Amino acid sequence: MLARPESFFEDRFGLTSSAMERLLGSQLAGRVDHADLFLEYRISEELTLEEGAVKKASRHVSQGAGIRAQSGERTGYAHTDDLALPNLEEAARQARAIADQRSASAAVAVGTGRPHDLYTLAEPPVTAALDRKVALLLEMDAAARALDPRVKQVIASLGSEDVIVLIATPSGFAVGDVRPLTRLNVTVIVEENGKREMGSYGGGGRVAFDFFLEADGQEERWRHFTSEAVRQATIKLHAVEAPAGEMTVVLGPGWPGILLHEAVGHGLEGDFNRKETSAFSGRMGKKVASELVTVVDDGTIANRRGSLNVDDEGIPTRRNVLIEKGILVGYMQDRLNARLMGAAPTGNGRRESYAYPPMPRMTNTFMLAGHDHPADIIKSVPRGLYAVNFGGGQVDITNGKFVFSTSEAYLIENGEITRPVKGATLIGNGPDALTRVSRVGHDLKMDEGVGTCGKDGQSVPVGVGLPTIRIDGITVGGTQV
Amino acid sequence: MLDLLGDVLKRTRERGATAADAFLVEDRAFSAQVRLGRVDTVKHARAQHLSLRVFAGKSAAAASTSDFSRTSVERLVDEAVSLARITAPDQLSGLPDAAALAREIPALDLADPTGHDLSPEDKIELARRCEAAALGADPRITNSEGGDFADRRARYAYASSHGFAGEYATSSFSLSASPVASENGHMQRDGWYHVTRKRASLDTPEEIGRTAARRAVRRLGARQVKTCEVPVIFDPEMAASLVRHIAGAAAGPSLYRGASFLVGKLGQQIAAPGVTIVDDGTIPGGLGSRPFDGEGLPVLRTVIVDRGVLTSYLLDSYSGRKLGMASTHHAARDGSGVTVGTTNLYLAKGTADPKALIESVKQGLYVTELIGFGVNGVTGDYSRGAVGLWIENGELAYPVEEITIAGNLLDMFNAIEAVGNDLVFRDRTAAPTVLIGRMTVAGT
Repeated sequence: MLARPESFFEDRFGLTSSAMERLLGSQLAGRVDHADLFLEYRISEELTLEEGAVKKASRHVSQGAGIRAQSGERTGYAHTDDLALPNLEEAARQARAIADQRSASAAVAVGTGRPHDLYTLAEPPVTAALDRKVALLLEMDAAARALDPRVKQVIASLGSEDVIVLIATPSGFAVGDVRPLTRLNVTVIVEENGKREMGSYGGGGRVAFDFFLEADGQEERWRHFTSEAVRQATIKLHAVEAPAGEMTVVLGPGWPGILLHEAVGHGLEGDFNRKETSAFSGRMGKKVASELVTVVDDGTIANRRGSLNVDDEGIPTRRNVLIEKGILVGYMQDRLNARLMGAAPTGNGRRESYAYPPMPRMTNTFMLAGHDHPADIIKSVPRGLYAVNFGGGQVDITNGKFVFSTSEAYLIENGEITRPVKGATLIGNGPDALTRVSRVGHDLKMDEGVGTCGKDGQSVPVGVGLPTIRIDGITVGGTQV
Repeated sequence: MLDLLGDVLKRTRERGATAADAFLVEDRAFSAQVRLGRVDTVKHARAQHLSLRVFAGKSAAAASTSDFSRTSVERLVDEAVSLARITAPDQLSGLPDAAALAREIPALDLADPTGHDLSPEDKIELARRCEAAALGADPRITNSEGGDFADRRARYAYASSHGFAGEYATSSFSLSASPVASENGHMQRDGWYHVTRKRASLDTPEEIGRTAARRAVRRLGARQVKTCEVPVIFDPEMAASLVRHIAGAAAGPSLYRGASFLVGKLGQQIAAPGVTIVDDGTIPGGLGSRPFDGEGLPVLRTVIVDRGVLTSYLLDSYSGRKLGMASTHHAARDGSGVTVGTTNLYLAKGTADPKALIESVKQGLYVTELIGFGVNGVTGDYSRGAVGLWIENGELAYPVEEITIAGNLLDMFNAIEAVGNDLVFRDRTAAPTVLIGRMTVAGT
């Protein structure tokens, strides 16, 4: 949308680098272990189609500044959405008040490195022409209805945003980023003999609007999203009761990677491990998964939803190996927890917006491919569940118990995929679940770009990925005893 | 605030909008977290948000901003009006009938003018005492995610081109603790909280901290159980989550899209006769109370389920028109326009003593926490991860975890055999203890 973040905040709000240095310097320098100013300007747009017409359209602007001061384990944080200098000065005073009782330790110099360039776009999605967007949503509606006469309702939405951020510290370090993001989603309601079901599908990333019009394999992405939503909804119409109890589960590739996000990802975030409240606390270097399992969190994949050029503390993102051949080798860190644990920041300090202080968060989390053919993995299971699509998941970090809920799953009987089953929640124990992975396919796939992770009231876009895997024993929460 | 809204509405007219309404929120918030006796995080926040809906004939669009500068607000109006030109006309769109608008703003006692007058140090001290009570309650409490105090004061204003203009102020205060208990190398976290509109009504930090500790300690040694079908008792917090599922399915937008298991069920028995569910926005001092809804309509008391019969949906003006009904005054504003939201939502109390309910179960589950999103709003199919206590011969015998409970919400509500007499409002949604006759529990 716009020029460099540095000149953007200067031009629009008069926040010159010297004004920011004065703000951070006079209020915060020398009294704290770390301080920063986070400036953000966000434009977003959402179009929604239902009942065959785009009747809802909205556009939003939000802006603000978050000022943070840290001393020891203490964080003072103040934010305001009025960027006038006197307001920022008041915020800086409030942030400092808590942190300046005494500076516990000398500031640690952090090698910041060069930011990446992962998603520069000729035309950001938020500025693409509205009539093209409306036309696409109408086409999806027509395509869904043409695919199956049982389609009674189509709700398609296209959201786009462009976020400009600037992170500055008292040492004069300043780094900016311009972050485009878009997501196309379609939900269909199907009806047969008075029975209704719903199917949803979508995707996106830090990509231009044209991404949806391009082919990914056989068909254009928008067409694929639409046919997937219809297919899933119609399959559910004939789903039988899901089984209840512990059994072998085969997860399909892609979005079922939400398993990793819940089972191990959150538990390996630095804050919980620094506080020793994670089920993974103290397990560094220990075996937490089968030797077939290597798990990576990588914020540097071009154009992906979970990727960032720099995290929200100005640290360039990295490819961080979390579990290598079953051994726990890495946590995800922000500046605070890295400093307190004597570790290096890993580019995982993220926040929902200026209204929140950063925390260690995931970016794109996935398991590396193995060697098995997916068809062989299914054939190897006498009785079990084959789950290919999921809704959301959740984890209790402290006891390690996690859940994720199927939205498309089938029974496996004698090595064959048989009947579709109703949605069921799968529940397992994080430090234990991946030790039961007995087969890993060669078909690693990343999700389509729809994930949003919530932690402590903050939502951030993330990605997941998985090859087909077999887990020997996880509790399936169906109704069929 | 109303002046700004007046200017905004004037400009929408000048730009060619035929009708418009605007909602404004301004707030100031403070929060403090203390962990292991030391200050962890202190936050000061100052926020403002203006959301606007415009109509050009029968076409509509929405816009919002946190930038109240003149140029930014003018740009917002211009963008909203031009967006309304690309949306398809909808014969049912529009503001509510002017005759239905709130005439007066009832005094609901939602603000605590003096409650916020505490120094940051005193607020931090409340959080510290709350955590300290948890840490000191039991030797098995060995760690903590902290004690938290937060307060927020907000002002809301709404105006429409119909001539409505109203505003109100609210306060809220919360106090919570999240201790970690450990034994034999296993950790369990739990917590307790209180949220009120008056600071003086908050439970003491010591009560909250001790309850949090008790909840964490009672989870120690939790195990799985064998997969079975048994009676399930939901504690008040978890019973409230079931009430939220009913409210979600009764919301107008889910209904007219056909995306609800309550489609076509108005006037039918959808729950056991002991079940009455009410949404009452008029409760003085209530956490969900408000004088008017997001379209300027006076807030009411709505009986959603009356002794098991579905008696009302939850509607804003648009979803009401779609269903051929009047709004039930449940419009809520979000950035994208108008949605449906509840106020103070509760399951009316029954007569059963909660202890007697447990004693009535020979073998079953008492649920204290549910995790995950395994609820299908279209079919009512339900499957969630559960934590709780196993009941044997009428007694809470041992803690359980890594299990799921599953069923269908309509079957579950019809199988409610008893409703407790222990209704307490700790949050905007509340319920007493509930006993469901039979559900599938999946474990080993």
